[in-house]
Amino acid sequence: MTAILERRPPGGTADRPPRGTLRSRLRPRRGALPYLLLVPALVLELLVHLIPMVVGVVMSFKQLTQFFIRDWGSAPWTGLGNYRVAVDFHAAIGSALLHSFWVTCAFTVLSVGLSWLLGTAAAVLTQDPFRGRGLLRGVFLVPYALPVYAAVITWAFMFQQDNGLVNHVLHDQLHLTSGRPFWLIGPHSFVALLTVSVWRNWPFAFLCLTAGLQNIPRELYEAAAMDGAGIWQRVRRITLPSLRPVNQVLVLVLFLWTFNDFNTPYVLFGGSAPPAADLVSIHIYQSSFVNWNFGSGSAMSVLLLLFLLLVTAGYLVATRGRDTDG
Amino acid sequence: MAAPRAFVWTRRVVLTALTAFALVPVYVMLSSSLKSLGEVQGRFDWIPHALTLRPYVDIWHTVPLARYFVNSLLVSGSSMLCSVAVAIFAAYAVSRYRFRGRRLFTITVLSTQMFPGILFLLPLFLLYVNIGNATGIALYGSRGGLILTYLTFSLPFSIWMLAGYFDSIPRDLDEAALTDGCGPLGALFRVVIPAAVPGIVAVGVYAFMTAWGEVLFASVMTNDTTRTLAVGLEGYATQNDVYWNQVMAASLVVSVPVVAGFLLLQRYLVAGLTAGAVK
Repeated sequence: MTAILERRPPGGTADRPPRGTLRSRLRPRRGALPYLLLVPALVLELLVHLIPMVVGVVMSFKQLTQFFIRDWGSAPWTGLGNYRVAVDFHAAIGSALLHSFWVTCAFTVLSVGLSWLLGTAAAVLTQDPFRGRGLLRGVFLVPYALPVYAAVITWAFMFQQDNGLVNHVLHDQLHLTSGRPFWLIGPHSFVALLTVSVWRNWPFAFLCLTAGLQNIPRELYEAAAMDGAGIWQRVRRITLPSLRPVNQVLVLVLFLWTFNDFNTPYVLFGGSAPPAADLVSIHIYQSSFVNWNFGSGSAMSVLLLLFLLLVTAGYLVATRGRDTDG
Repeated sequence: MAAPRAFVWTRRVVLTALTAFALVPVYVMLSSSLKSLGEVQGRFDWIPHALTLRPYVDIWHTVPLARYFVNSLLVSGSSMLCSVAVAIFAAYAVSRYRFRGRRLFTITVLSTQMFPGILFLLPLFLLYVNIGNATGIALYGSRGGLILTYLTFSLPFSIWMLAGYFDSIPRDLDEAALTDGCGPLGALFRVVIPAAVPGIVAVGVYAFMTAWGEVLFASVMTNDTTRTLAVGLEGYATQNDVYWNQVMAASLVVSVPVVAGFLLLQRYLVAGLTAGAVK
């Protein structure tokens, strides 16, 4: 790398003088340059994220059913009507949304917790070199590298009631269950979804934490070993505290991804999730595209976004506070 | 530093269990893709009774897999290139300049990560249709629209990670280039980018994988000719039968390019994360 750096500038200066003077005349003022550099990113984010989001918020105040989909501007305003329906927990739509919300909360907490636990264990245990470590690291990243639909469709096959691997192992080989349970419909679907989600997410935790571990200076461990600290003590006193900044970001990112996860349940259950695994994002998709009520779907999405903003802000405040204390 | 026995055994047990957990689906994919249709429809068995390569021939006829494959390659490749280019410029600005609105920009861009995709799916769809009607640029149903969408998905994380990586490159290097007569862009192209190759590769891998694996927008924004693998694989399930052996064979075939690329480049990803995001 340094060789490249040393080689490049002289080679560049050889043909520089005529172009250099021209460029210094055309070069924008220093003040404007950073903004120019940001323009492409800004335009793209505006076009694909921010403008559609504002439109989405506007739509949530409209009665946007299939009759108005060709010309959504003409749909009548309903004010907070869609929101009132969404949070009326005594009526069918509201109570279904609330149920879906609680399912998502339980799912997210368990999935993030387990993914973090497995990722941390794997990262800490592969910190010191041993034979085959490089290979193992590659293997651990496979679930993360596989395209989500290919991986989840394989899990869907494994969870088949009559010809899947899971029932073969649990029932035929280990005799743990009396019958052959259904995994993709009914109450067990929550476990199935959780398994797939953890399987997909823990490698990401492992990857981030492995990277984080490489920033811990070796001298810390050597000093601790000199002081007679055992390996478990070193893990607890040095490794885990040093990973706190990584964990702060990692847990938040995992939380947001898991809470918004659409791909996993969509591919696993084939479009419509069973009630026990009815995550919010797929619930909203269902009520928008299956019931053709986009106003109500938008209102639910806005509520979801507000909830996520609130949790994120709370989380950042809480973790920042702890950092200054410690 | 010799590790105590208890630690070594814990390590063996935990890492073996994790390896099994990670690889079982891959094994199922591989072994089932070599079975006949009759065998995958019966009781599951770890070992295939009779190996056959038929599924690997059939997958190309049951659905137009080759076309989906080309579409996915075009979409993911283009959105990766664009995303990396845009992210480099933005990250350079964030890393090397202190300007008004810098914090606002980073926060806004990062916060788009938390938007539920479902919230802007329909508005974006309407926006693309309207742009198409007004200007004749077909975004809805075209690969271009999908490229545009996917590149913004990977952009926030890419900018954030690259800015971190650029921060770790000593500022003296580009100062030297500036005094040598390079413009700020010259310093970027001659000094910063060559020094940031691992970070840029990492970002590219991430952007490609993001596009290759996305399902929701692919299912709404594509039509028969532009369909990508994410949606195309559903074609193996007919009304009466699911061709599980073909599903597994196709899953394996579509996974190989990304997994191979990812594993080849993973040390860049770790290096990129180490210097960039994780600080």
